[in-house]
Amino acid sequence: MDAPEEPAEGPVLLELQHAAKSFGAVAALIDGTVELRAGEVHALLGENGAGKSTLVKILAGVHQPDAGTLTVAGRPVTLHGPAAARAAGIAVIYQEPTLFPDLTVAENMFIGRQPLRSGRRIDRREMLAESAAIFARLGVPLDPARIARGLSIADQQVVEIGKALSLNATVIVMDEPTAALSAAEVDRLFDVVRTLRSQGAAVLFISHRLEEVFTICQRVTVMRDGKHVLTSDLAGLTTQDLVRAMVGRELAARAPAPVHAGTGEPVLNVHRLTREGVFTDISLAVRAGEIVALAGLVGSGRSEVARAIFGIDRYDAGTVTMQGKPLRRASPTSAMAAGIGFVPEDRRQQGLVMDMSVQQNVALASLHELRRGGIIRAGAERAMASDWATRLKIKHGRLTDPVATLSGGNQQKVVLAKWLGRKPSLLIVDEPTRGIDVGTKAEVHQLLTDLASSGVAVLMISSELPEVLGVSDRILVMREGELVAELSRDGASEEAIMTAAMGQHEAAK
Amino acid sequence: MSTTLIPRLQRRPDSAPGAGGLAERVLRIRESGIVIVLAVFVAVTTVVQHRFLGSANIQFVLVDTAGFALLALGETMVVLTRNVDLSVGSIVGLSAYLSADLFAQHPGISIPVVFLAGLGIGLACGIVNGIMVAAGRVPSLVVTLATLYIIRGVDILIVGGNEVDASSLPNSFLDIPKDTIGGIPDIAIAVAVLIGLGAYYLRTFRSGRDLYAIGSNPDAARLAGLPVGRRVFTAFAVSGAIAGVAGVLWGAQYGTINSTAGTGYELQVVSAVVVGGVAIFGGSGSVIGAGLGALLLSTISSALYVLGISPFWDQAIWGFLLLLAISLDQTITERLTSALRRSGTRHE
Repeated sequence: MDAPEEPAEGPVLLELQHAAKSFGAVAALIDGTVELRAGEVHALLGENGAGKSTLVKILAGVHQPDAGTLTVAGRPVTLHGPAAARAAGIAVIYQEPTLFPDLTVAENMFIGRQPLRSGRRIDRREMLAESAAIFARLGVPLDPARIARGLSIADQQVVEIGKALSLNATVIVMDEPTAALSAAEVDRLFDVVRTLRSQGAAVLFISHRLEEVFTICQRVTVMRDGKHVLTSDLAGLTTQDLVRAMVGRELAARAPAPVHAGTGEPVLNVHRLTREGVFTDISLAVRAGEIVALAGLVGSGRSEVARAIFGIDRYDAGTVTMQGKPLRRASPTSAMAAGIGFVPEDRRQQGLVMDMSVQQNVALASLHELRRGGIIRAGAERAMASDWATRLKIKHGRLTDPVATLSGGNQQKVVLAKWLGRKPSLLIVDEPTRGIDVGTKAEVHQLLTDLASSGVAVLMISSELPEVLGVSDRILVMREGELVAELSRDGASEEAIMTAAMGQHEAAK
Repeated sequence: MSTTLIPRLQRRPDSAPGAGGLAERVLRIRESGIVIVLAVFVAVTTVVQHRFLGSANIQFVLVDTAGFALLALGETMVVLTRNVDLSVGSIVGLSAYLSADLFAQHPGISIPVVFLAGLGIGLACGIVNGIMVAAGRVPSLVVTLATLYIIRGVDILIVGGNEVDASSLPNSFLDIPKDTIGGIPDIAIAVAVLIGLGAYYLRTFRSGRDLYAIGSNPDAARLAGLPVGRRVFTAFAVSGAIAGVAGVLWGAQYGTINSTAGTGYELQVVSAVVVGGVAIFGGSGSVIGAGLGALLLSTISSALYVLGISPFWDQAIWGFLLLLAISLDQTITERLTSALRRSGTRHE
């Protein structure tokens, strides 16, 4: 199951050729071309900003292309809206599905087209039965009668897939479905995807994790700068080939080695920090010029420790000291005043104000420096934003555009710029490169390394082991709310980290 | 932890056991909560003042509740879609005067025609609200706050210093609130039946479920291809039409109608809806709960009156109940969400 499987031989279900789409002066898609066959999982790869999202939205009927042709099951079609895409048998599963939290799972799948009995009344029994049948077909034990509130993102995606099946969709587009899933959830999703494939559906699978692509996909299409670069069977290709096709150049396999490893004074001291039921007795120190990684499985309490240090969450016992001075509990203001910057895991919800401009977002944490007599100086704000945009190579239209118009990687750079503008002495970054393309990822790594070289202490939480190994000087491993290991850069390996993170008994093989 | 819009529970009539059943159980507690508070008020008041449970007072409270619960029915349909209709008090006033004036201008006019006229007046106002909210995409709070003043202004222009009093109204009209079947006022029965039909409609028909979906997640509703604009428009039209009918009833109940009729009614109606367990940000709640909320608030007013307590306490207690209802729902939902989350982790 793990090696790329034989190329699919099914008939072509969908063919998009030379689709183009511009928004104002920005050409988001120049040559969008993809061909999907029945019974295949087809990877769509490209850096953020390569035009993948635009292509997906064209298939979803959300955007109407300026040029190009779309053929579904041999017939040319024009998708005027989401309803037309559904009617053509195309379903799109987004990274974070939008369900109705107050309605049942079954009703979420059938809303607007519930099965009816006499008098146009909803046949609830039939609706539940049909939903249960679909979940049985997918092999997932979801209760169709429960309300959607509280479902994990993985289960929400399953509901969306179930909805697609209930619509008899033959083409299923998954836009970064695994970005927010744990390893076990990814495995389960892949089982569902294999089921879909064996039932003759075509799946377009978008992911930044190349190992996933090799696990689940048979063919691949790579895009770069809005253009189709290659379509090929995956068998015979290597990760390096794909990366080269995506970025158009070779990437250094490993981020550059840190220079100032742990030379400075301790900046942050955390002593026996405890939050009942979440984490226990966490003691750690981060020195100036050092990058410390906090590794561990999702749910091991890493983000919670970071949030407690920054003062977002309360803690029950212990102390947090910055440069010798204790921080007040549960006070982000005090943490910021002491020189801590915090780049949260969920940049859309917590890191950015999506409707505000690039410029305003960059300036958000530095308003006190930009104001005169209580009024923010627009010129200074603009100068600061434009300075950081250049330094971090943020790709943007105008600085006054809403930050929501940027790609994920560039949004992350805006969050970084926001904190760097305050010249922090400690920067906490939580999953800094989640959902970011390979090229930008390398830039973020370089940026963190440069920061450390300039004397900033960095505490990085990351689930990506290559990132942990490549960027950090020291690695602390958490398991079930406790610190279980400390590894030096030289002594660390993926095996060592996973052994500590999973516990000896499980990892021993 | 992602932020969700004020989470609330949802009536889920025939869900299977499991987590769905959990939601159902909690909701039953929520609605029986109103009944318990109601019972406590009635019991305490009756101990102090035996007249409170006399048939005359029961009839008085039920008649008072009828118009109130009718308005709550229409308001619930609007609130479920994550909107609010603040113009109902003004619509009641306008409809009350114009319909009563019909009797004065055309003696002998038939009562059903007057009710239809009231319905038409309310429907027209509701259509204006609906168009501005659904097509104009103006927030309903602003639209209906504006129409609250505009309709009241039109009312004052028409009525001036006049008033219609009981002498110009036919007795058969004034008797409507007094007619009873087995001690229960006819109009209370009629409103209860309407609420029952409303509950059945919201539960059983696609368009009814759409209202819940729209309030639960408007963006998802649009993506799912639901006719969001049309449904929201219809909710406002229905709320307006119901307010028009309630206005006619108002005239029959009070007999004297001037330009201040129904002033401030809208906030009482919204209070009843929220106390009754309908989420102020839409997506969950039931018209039966809203009707019970109206009954509770009317009962409290009456109890305080019977006990000779200052009407000031009336408003203070309403406010207290409102806070209680909202914080209770908030707590229940948080507990429920985490319970659902736990029951949802099937792996590891």
